[in-house]
Amino acid sequence: MKFIRYILYFLPLLPASTSCREDELVVPTEYDIVPETPDPGTAIRGFYLVNEGNMGSNKCTLDYFDYFTGLYARNFYAERNPNVIKELGDVGNDIGIYGSKLWVVVNCSHKVEVMDARTGVRIGQVDLPNCRYVRFHRGKAYVSSYVGPVLIDPDAPKGAVYEVDTTSLAVTRKVSVGYQPEEMEIIDDYMYVANSGGYRVPQYDNTVSVVQMIDFKQIEQIPVGINLHRVKKDRQGKLWVSSRGNYEDVPSKLFVLDKKKGYNRMTVTDTLDIACSNMAIHGDKLYYYATEWNNFTGSNTISYGIIDTVTKERVSDCFITDGTESDIKIPYGIAVHPETGDIFVTDAKNYVSSGALHCYSPDGRKKWSVRTGDIPAHICFLPR
Amino acid sequence: MRAKIYISILCLCAALCVRATEVVDTTATELREVVVTATRPPVEVIPVQRLGGEELRRLNSQSVADALRYFSGVQVKDYGGVGGIKTVNIRSMGTHHTGVVYDGVELGNAQNGQIDLGQFSLDNVEAISLYNGQKSEILQPARDFGSAGTIYIRTRTPRFAPGETYHVRGTVRTGSFDLINPSALVELRLGRRVNASLSAEWVNSSGKYKFRYRRVNPAGEVAYDTTATRQNGDINALRTELNFNGDIDGGEWHFKVYHYDSERGIPGAIVNNVWRRGERVWDNNSFAQGSFTKNIGRFTTLANVKYSFYRTHYVNNDDKQIKIDNLYRQREFYISTANEYQIMPQWRVSASYDFQWNALDADMYNFARPDRFSHMLSAATSLNLKRFKAQASAMGTFIHDKLRGQQSPADKHVFTPAIYLSGNPLRNRDFSVRAFVKRSFRMPTFNDLYYADMGNSKLNPERVTQYNLGLLYEHSGKGFISAARVSADGYINLVKDKIVAYPKGQQFRWTMLNLGVVDIKGVDISALITVNPADRLFVTLRGQYTFQRAIDVTNPADNYYRDQIPYIPRHSGSAVLNATWRLWNFNCSYIYVGERYNQQENIRYNYTQPWYTTDLSLSRDFTFKRVKLRALLEVNNVFAQDYDVIINYPMPKRNYRLTLTVEI
Repeated sequence: MKFIRYILYFLPLLPASTSCREDELVVPTEYDIVPETPDPGTAIRGFYLVNEGNMGSNKCTLDYFDYFTGLYARNFYAERNPNVIKELGDVGNDIGIYGSKLWVVVNCSHKVEVMDARTGVRIGQVDLPNCRYVRFHRGKAYVSSYVGPVLIDPDAPKGAVYEVDTTSLAVTRKVSVGYQPEEMEIIDDYMYVANSGGYRVPQYDNTVSVVQMIDFKQIEQIPVGINLHRVKKDRQGKLWVSSRGNYEDVPSKLFVLDKKKGYNRMTVTDTLDIACSNMAIHGDKLYYYATEWNNFTGSNTISYGIIDTVTKERVSDCFITDGTESDIKIPYGIAVHPETGDIFVTDAKNYVSSGALHCYSPDGRKKWSVRTGDIPAHICFLPR
Repeated sequence: MRAKIYISILCLCAALCVRATEVVDTTATELREVVVTATRPPVEVIPVQRLGGEELRRLNSQSVADALRYFSGVQVKDYGGVGGIKTVNIRSMGTHHTGVVYDGVELGNAQNGQIDLGQFSLDNVEAISLYNGQKSEILQPARDFGSAGTIYIRTRTPRFAPGETYHVRGTVRTGSFDLINPSALVELRLGRRVNASLSAEWVNSSGKYKFRYRRVNPAGEVAYDTTATRQNGDINALRTELNFNGDIDGGEWHFKVYHYDSERGIPGAIVNNVWRRGERVWDNNSFAQGSFTKNIGRFTTLANVKYSFYRTHYVNNDDKQIKIDNLYRQREFYISTANEYQIMPQWRVSASYDFQWNALDADMYNFARPDRFSHMLSAATSLNLKRFKAQASAMGTFIHDKLRGQQSPADKHVFTPAIYLSGNPLRNRDFSVRAFVKRSFRMPTFNDLYYADMGNSKLNPERVTQYNLGLLYEHSGKGFISAARVSADGYINLVKDKIVAYPKGQQFRWTMLNLGVVDIKGVDISALITVNPADRLFVTLRGQYTFQRAIDVTNPADNYYRDQIPYIPRHSGSAVLNATWRLWNFNCSYIYVGERYNQQENIRYNYTQPWYTTDLSLSRDFTFKRVKLRALLEVNNVFAQDYDVIINYPMPKRNYRLTLTVEI
């Protein structure tokens, strides 16, 4: 009978032990001190960084660095907006600031999150399916989306660009473009959209869509190269478009689009046999990096270079000059400080652990590094 | 507070140990421990955990995966609900290192190497055993020597009393998630030495359940608290199984045809702004297998043959995402011969040879359509002295893959030896010590090697070395304590060349590499005691505790170097209390899984809280002449804990199930 007593002792422990689970806290922000002193006359207050987070993990997070406090705030959104159910979302894909508002495109949460740019406090969200990149023009935000509103061919829906009013956050217009559009750029009331066709492997799209902003209609599709991704405009009004290739026999390339004298149409003027995963233009310098998988060596080949946007010549093979590029496992994002010319490169490492942000001086020396969230990718600077 | 539960589990174990050694049997009662296999040696040279018979039926389990949660050293990955995928990981070595043997022949999935144990209902299962390493008998197919740990599922075989010619059993289950789950079993005596059984089961469930996410801010105020219904987790599945069993002089034969047909929704991760997804999968799995054993003097032979065809149709029709409509067809042919010779009564040797062919076909762009030819050869010996037992085995595996339209990768061969020792150092036969060292491996799956864009055909097999040292006390007798069993095992496992996903460029592009090294140290403790405190009252307590330190030691430069690997809790355990009184049976089971990290880095952003659920069941038997009836009511997750086993895959709150069984 003594044994039964042991059982009786044990039984009340069953429900009692349920107290072991604690209340789930809103994920707090973590701060790191960054050795950076701002120029007193600077027009830049800081920058935001979006960590994409792996698919399905709901770990898209927002980091913020403030030049005046020197504090790098990791996971800024959740603490500022504790009442948002399931935080910022799944897979961030782009960020932009327009006026007083901060826009974050959250791809797998099918929304664009709009916040106050100074405080990071949520203003609202725009529900857009499979949204990719955001650009701004004359009081409107333009968001590219992999799936268009009209499903003509349900097996291969064309992508779209949505126009969102930056005050009311309402979708005002939409235009159907090519397959799986990525980045856009707006020059002289025309929007140029890089179409990837990534859902149609191996029939990639190879065009840049030209959308006339007045009536928001696609007027032309310029054939450029397969699987297009990035579009950046330079100071001369040229477009730099990157192609990812097919990851097999067609390599990644960089294309230049320009208008012939006296014509208003963009055409491909140059094809550079330079692999390009991502780029940032500062002055007449185009900073890029490329990650290419090599099946023979079983490793990634990574390059960091500078192209002169006027001469279209590669002027440097590596913008990191102190050898610290070996610290970067997978470069995933690039940005250049608009005033100082400091170069920022993010490292996504293995996609499922904390990444890193590295800052290099314009002459290519590492200034500092900081730990970020998972897959740090997109940076935008906050004006003072 | 967390420490409290460890203490309570440890107390239980300690209590059992103390009591088990003190009490001496006095009065005579029947033996309650369910002994399943007749050929089982008194003390097995290899650590085994077994659940069978009535005990298994009372465990509030729907599937084999649910029942495996009560074994020590086992982690079940459960994506939630009736239709959610459930896979098993033994001693942190990874799902792929777990072999699953269904009635003597291993189940295979050459495509992704994962067996969804949620698909295997307990309806027709008689016993589940888990061996760390391999089985104690050396007469087994070569393939069975290969896995780092193996789960044996044994279905019910007809046993007829003299004069009986048939058995019929019908069961209906219903309850939460709109579950309708009828099943039927017919067993026929076809001749003096031949019998047959037909078992069929239908599961239909909407898979809908309420789940809740709640967060508080550091001040303790509720930040958000939301309850929603899990969508797209429905299942409609039909399982049919036909068995023929026969006796011959000095042997037996079995033949089985199995068919499983299901349509399921894949509920997917719950993330911000996404509460419903559009993925569906249709599984059509069939196999036929036969086995034959015969003993001629000192020589025994065992032959197995199997053919299986798995058809998987996956569709993603989410309007917001890429449309996917893929059909995969997997075929497997397997033949094995195992032979044992008894040199002396104490000394046996065996040799086995298996051949296996696997093929995968998919209507995908640039798919390699691989064929795999595996040859497996094993030799083993066992020594069975009075107070000392030993077993040694060696296995060679030769694998050739053939691709269509591409160059085939180099052939692979692996040699994996194992040594097992067990002895009774004391005069007391109840107490034994055991140890083993085993090498094993897992082949890269077809997905690892050839999946479009992601596969890497240069992969090598992933290797594991296991060292185990354990103690066992086992006592069965008559009297107050009718059965007691306590075992403790400490182990060190080293996983090398672990196949991990490695990024290659932008946009979630991955490849597979032999990169990881994992160092695992663990302790498994389990205890069982059955007492008979009053007339016709039997109380069984089963406790199990696992400690695991499984750390990533791949590269000191990684920021997760020496961190616990994802989803492996340091502490986990379970406790089951079962009481039988006359025709009533009450069961209370408790499962605890400690804090874990959902990614490699052990930081607060990846922290996952512990979870623990308590399940209750009450049943009563009724007898009307020849007809036996049982009613069973189960309440699972009694305290309605809101938990995720896998992050963003919420589990059901409190749920109920009612089962009625009629047996003639």
